Amino acid sequence: MTEKHPNGEGEHLDGTGVPSPRDTSGEVIGVRRGMFGADDGGDTSGYGGLVRTITLPGASSRPYGGWFDEVADELEGALEEQGLVPENAIEKTVVDRGELTFHIAREHLVRVARTLRDDPALRFELCTGVSGVHFLGDKGRELHAVYHLRSITHNRLIRLEVSAPDADPHVPSLVAVYPTNDWHERETYDFFGLVFDGHPALTRIMMPDDWQGFPQRKDYPLGGIPVEYKGAQIPAPDQRRSYS
Amino acid sequence: MSTPSASASASARETTEGTVYTVTGGDWDEVVQSAAKADDERIIVNMGPQHPSTHGVLRLILEIEGETVSEARCGIGYLHTGIEKNLEYRTWTQGTTFVTRMDYLTPFFNETAYCLGVEKLLGIEDRIPDRATILRVLLMELNRMSSHLVCIATGGMELGATTIMIYGFRDRELILDIYELITGLRMNHAFIRPGGLAQDLPPGAVDQIREFVKKMHKNLPEYDKLATGNPIFKARMQDVGHLDLAGCMALGATGPVLRSAGLPHDLRKAQPYCGYETYDFDVPTADTCDSYGRFLIRLEEMRQSLRIVEQCLDRLEPGPVMVADKKIAWPAQLSLGPDGLGNSLDHIKKIMGTSMEALIHHFKLVTEGFRVPPGQAYAAVESPKGELGVHVVSDGGTRPYRVHFRDPSFTNLQAMAAMCEGGQVADVIVAVASIDPVMGGVDR
Repeated sequence: MTEKHPNGEGEHLDGTGVPSPRDTSGEVIGVRRGMFGADDGGDTSGYGGLVRTITLPGASSRPYGGWFDEVADELEGALEEQGLVPENAIEKTVVDRGELTFHIAREHLVRVARTLRDDPALRFELCTGVSGVHFLGDKGRELHAVYHLRSITHNRLIRLEVSAPDADPHVPSLVAVYPTNDWHERETYDFFGLVFDGHPALTRIMMPDDWQGFPQRKDYPLGGIPVEYKGAQIPAPDQRRSYS
Repeated sequence: MSTPSASASASARETTEGTVYTVTGGDWDEVVQSAAKADDERIIVNMGPQHPSTHGVLRLILEIEGETVSEARCGIGYLHTGIEKNLEYRTWTQGTTFVTRMDYLTPFFNETAYCLGVEKLLGIEDRIPDRATILRVLLMELNRMSSHLVCIATGGMELGATTIMIYGFRDRELILDIYELITGLRMNHAFIRPGGLAQDLPPGAVDQIREFVKKMHKNLPEYDKLATGNPIFKARMQDVGHLDLAGCMALGATGPVLRSAGLPHDLRKAQPYCGYETYDFDVPTADTCDSYGRFLIRLEEMRQSLRIVEQCLDRLEPGPVMVADKKIAWPAQLSLGPDGLGNSLDHIKKIMGTSMEALIHHFKLVTEGFRVPPGQAYAAVESPKGELGVHVVSDGGTRPYRVHFRDPSFTNLQAMAAMCEGGQVADVIVAVASIDPVMGGVDR
């Protein structure tokens, strides 16, 4: 690369435009092969043989920084008071991109959420619902349920993450703690097949009642038909070449 | 299938669930008479999914006793288009084209929330040019006004106040003209992109917005004159759709619904984004917990938005509107050609004629897109309806691994039952209108 940028602007040649590299001590969720999405042998560049592991940011160690430590201390203390070993309930704590995530063992989710809501030092009174994520490569913990809790009292936001295997897609319902999760859990059930045990009426909410399958799972095809445009066939979106 | 009916407007047929009447307008007395013949006192009314008073394809299932609603439920999903699933099959930049269509009355909020999430994943929040951020705020505040105007206009129409409807759409049209000038479209803009904006303001835009601000200062008081003190309007709105603070917190209601319960929670103040902490504006609240309070809050929020728009215009200084990183920024400036909006001729001349590398770069960035480091992020903005949150997950690829939108309409609509049960059928319309649900956002 030359010293001078073709346009004469050289300010981003020092590498500031590249996201900072992350440590490799993360959670491996899959492997990516190839480069240009050509699996049919059409790629002769050699890049088709690339194998890269996909790693999500791993557990963080103390101090987490800012108010994160305060929340973690308070939560652990409050759980201990209830006779719970914090290490059993909180599988790991991840600090990434300025956000605090507690990975919670699913059997303790309701207790943890109730503590987060009711403890005066925590007071996460607003739940913004649940978002499902399906990691096909994360064996034994394929289905993730992600909750964002907001504390208006303390002006904080944290994330809870719970996982369940595909073979046993059960997570306890938080409707008793956060009634707002009623529709959110129905939506996540509808799209991911995550069964929220204890939900008052876990039925489909977006898809028709008699729909088969769970559309947002990664092994569920997007569907679509090829379209002809100016004489050329454009394949359906999920059949097009993917560069990932 | 259908038995001979008393009139064409209310046909009846027998099903396993009992007699079902289909009402398509006409004489209500006839329906009531034929329903009175049934030995069952319990009547379930299906309002929607295409009733004009239900804000799109919302289905309200009301169990009524006389005029009183004893149970109310929502049926949603009629406008589900799989936007979140579709996003997983496009590049990160193409994502804005989808998200802008979710809550189609607040396109700029959807786009900004999505882009803030992607930028957080990329770690480039600090490198978004000031001009792009100011323009995002400007567009969002204009959008807040156009969304509130539709809410007030359609809400008025549902009460039979057609003048308000005409006024609201008249003023919204001025805002849509500004959108059209800036983005080329009246809705579904896909103008805000990860890293900045699709393009800069066209010539004349600032003047037109200033002109609009002037006109709006004149027009906004008309809503006060027309509605705020209007006894009929107040009689229909006051103490209707009641939801107190405890109810709001439990049901996760945000936005005007929450602020009508007296809590001044606004993400622009609580967790500022896009530099909102540097703007001068107030968060209006009401302590009435009812539809009238929400109406007043929306009216006041439009005045505050106007203040922010003026501050944005004063701050605008020339500069880039896209992040400097050429691995993310779209390589071409868009310009208007004889066949519509496209890459500028200068850029095409350069990549086709003089620089093979630039051509490759352009092609790769447009077809392949950029990679986003693995991880997840949550970004939230205060949309006109409440907290619009987006949960973005990347697996390091050129496409989103998962994008989930926490749409405020979806969450707030859950409060419908709490607001309507025990009230009158006619008040259901007012209560739903005060939530301001947009089904494109609810169903996504």
